[in-house]
Amino acid sequence: MIVANKNKIVKLAENLATEEQTSGRSLWADARTRFIRNKAAITSLVILVLIVLFSFVGPYFAVWTYEQIDWNTMGSAATLGMPSIETGHYFGTDDLGRDLYSRVIQGTQISLMVGIVGATIAVVVGTLYGATSGYIGGRTDQIMMRIVDILMAIPFMFVLILLLVVFGRSIIMLFVGIGLLSWLDMSRIVRGQTLNLKNKEFIEAAQATGVSDYKIIMRHIVPNLLGIVAVYATLLVPGIIIAESFISFLGLGVQEPKTSWGALISEGAGTINYDTEWQLLVPLSFFIVTLFCIYFIGDGLRDALDPKER
Amino acid sequence: MLNYIIKRIGIAIPTLLILIAVTFYLMHAAPGGPFTSEKPLPPQVLANIEAKYGLDQPIWRQMTTYLWGILTEFDFGPSYKYHSRTVNEIIGQGFPITLKYGFWSFVVAISVGISLGAIAAIRKNTWVDYFAVGVSIGAQVLPNFVMAPLLIIVFTLWLGWLPGGGWHGGDWEYLVMPVIALSTSYMASIARITRSSMLEVLNANYIRTARAKGLPTKTIFFRHVFKPSLLPVISYLGPAFVGLITGSVLIDIFFSTGGMGYFFVNAAFNRDYAVMMGITILVGALTILFSLIVDLLYAWIDPKIRY
Repeated sequence: MIVANKNKIVKLAENLATEEQTSGRSLWADARTRFIRNKAAITSLVILVLIVLFSFVGPYFAVWTYEQIDWNTMGSAATLGMPSIETGHYFGTDDLGRDLYSRVIQGTQISLMVGIVGATIAVVVGTLYGATSGYIGGRTDQIMMRIVDILMAIPFMFVLILLLVVFGRSIIMLFVGIGLLSWLDMSRIVRGQTLNLKNKEFIEAAQATGVSDYKIIMRHIVPNLLGIVAVYATLLVPGIIIAESFISFLGLGVQEPKTSWGALISEGAGTINYDTEWQLLVPLSFFIVTLFCIYFIGDGLRDALDPKER
Repeated sequence: MLNYIIKRIGIAIPTLLILIAVTFYLMHAAPGGPFTSEKPLPPQVLANIEAKYGLDQPIWRQMTTYLWGILTEFDFGPSYKYHSRTVNEIIGQGFPITLKYGFWSFVVAISVGISLGAIAAIRKNTWVDYFAVGVSIGAQVLPNFVMAPLLIIVFTLWLGWLPGGGWHGGDWEYLVMPVIALSTSYMASIARITRSSMLEVLNANYIRTARAKGLPTKTIFFRHVFKPSLLPVISYLGPAFVGLITGSVLIDIFFSTGGMGYFFVNAAFNRDYAVMMGITILVGALTILFSLIVDLLYAWIDPKIRY
């Protein structure tokens, strides 16, 4: 009787032990399931990955390089520069007879790079700045946030144009300018979140055991901010791509023969009267599709990671 | 309240000074002055010109003179390129135009945006809602430099309804396309913000209470829902204003409206630093003033804010 029972109890204990192992899902695993269930976000992610792949693999299928001029089509883009497989101009040519396929690929690379680099600058600077400001608090916090307020009031697009004119057009200057522009909002969001975290028990425990401020920020605050930072970084990328396109559109961004979406759209819009719609429509569709995808991914991430929206 | 106002003005003034100092310094750090041309001028002539514009003075001296001119006489100095014109004249020509289409864009963005967002929130998950959300996402990925050529193609080239550009003293037909191109993306943002904040308010407990005690829907909406759900919209007005001003650069290029953006870009390509500096400072001052007004408005409306 007792032996039989004992067996049963041991089995039950084993069952409990194994069950405990399978249960318990992390926040990130939870978020992942929620994200995967979001059809719009997943579709967008797939399309975006395809566009990125295309910008790397595409050049291997190109007949022309992005700076090569096809003298046959030059000057008669409307009749000879049509998109066609035979001439090797899959997307047609631009007004100077350059292959639009290669130029779109080149532009995609630049625009995506600007978006990613800009968002990275925003994430690194904004997170560290906001976390430091929020964690230290008091007078330091006030001064640091006043600085952000001051910077926010400056019309950055004008200053960016000023910078590009004064120091010459270079991609580095563009990154510096866009970096300056993009971290401010991030730092505010991060600071708010840090203020919430600051009074949690685990931070108190860390303080009690004598961990330094720097280590608390880097090891305990920042990792807990990653969710919200990821969401806002994704939502920042379209804005940065638009800003770069705007600058390139004005002719102050990347320099010929290199190009970007903004520059391509600007050229295409300029020649719209000459029956060469593809010069506008091809880069424009890349631009719009990508921005749509990033928006939906950002939305999906927010639904997955932001506890308030659940 | 008075304390808060003083504090906010206390921030606004140093901001403006920093902006002026930074732009001024940038201009003078530039390699190659405004008078370097392809054909180098004789050094004597160059020295004379620089003396005329005060460029031979030490930089702090130039800056204080410049600042003094702005503060006392609202004088931004002479243009470096158009020798007979001052920066004031150039701003005076472009600014009223920018102000006019900027104002109408602002009005359109706010009124259409709020109505669209409100309708979407009230009729949540109906086709009206989906339509409004679709429009607002679409308008957001269509930045104004894409909107502008599309509008010209459709309304000028295909339909022939509207003139493709020009200003003509701001007749309505010259105003329609600039206003649409400029306001659409802000309208979309405002609609999105209104919709989400209104949904939040509609789910609040006090709205349920109001319903439970039998208030008519109209009263609930206008008395209890409308005001609190507009708060996030008000805080968005600051950035929207900056965006509208920045967007004017593009509008002037596309529609040849001849506003401030036109002069700014022109000055940028001509290296006319005096004009660039004047416009940057003016826009900066306007931005700061506007965000001050928005902040005060916010503090006045939101009872939760204590100062």
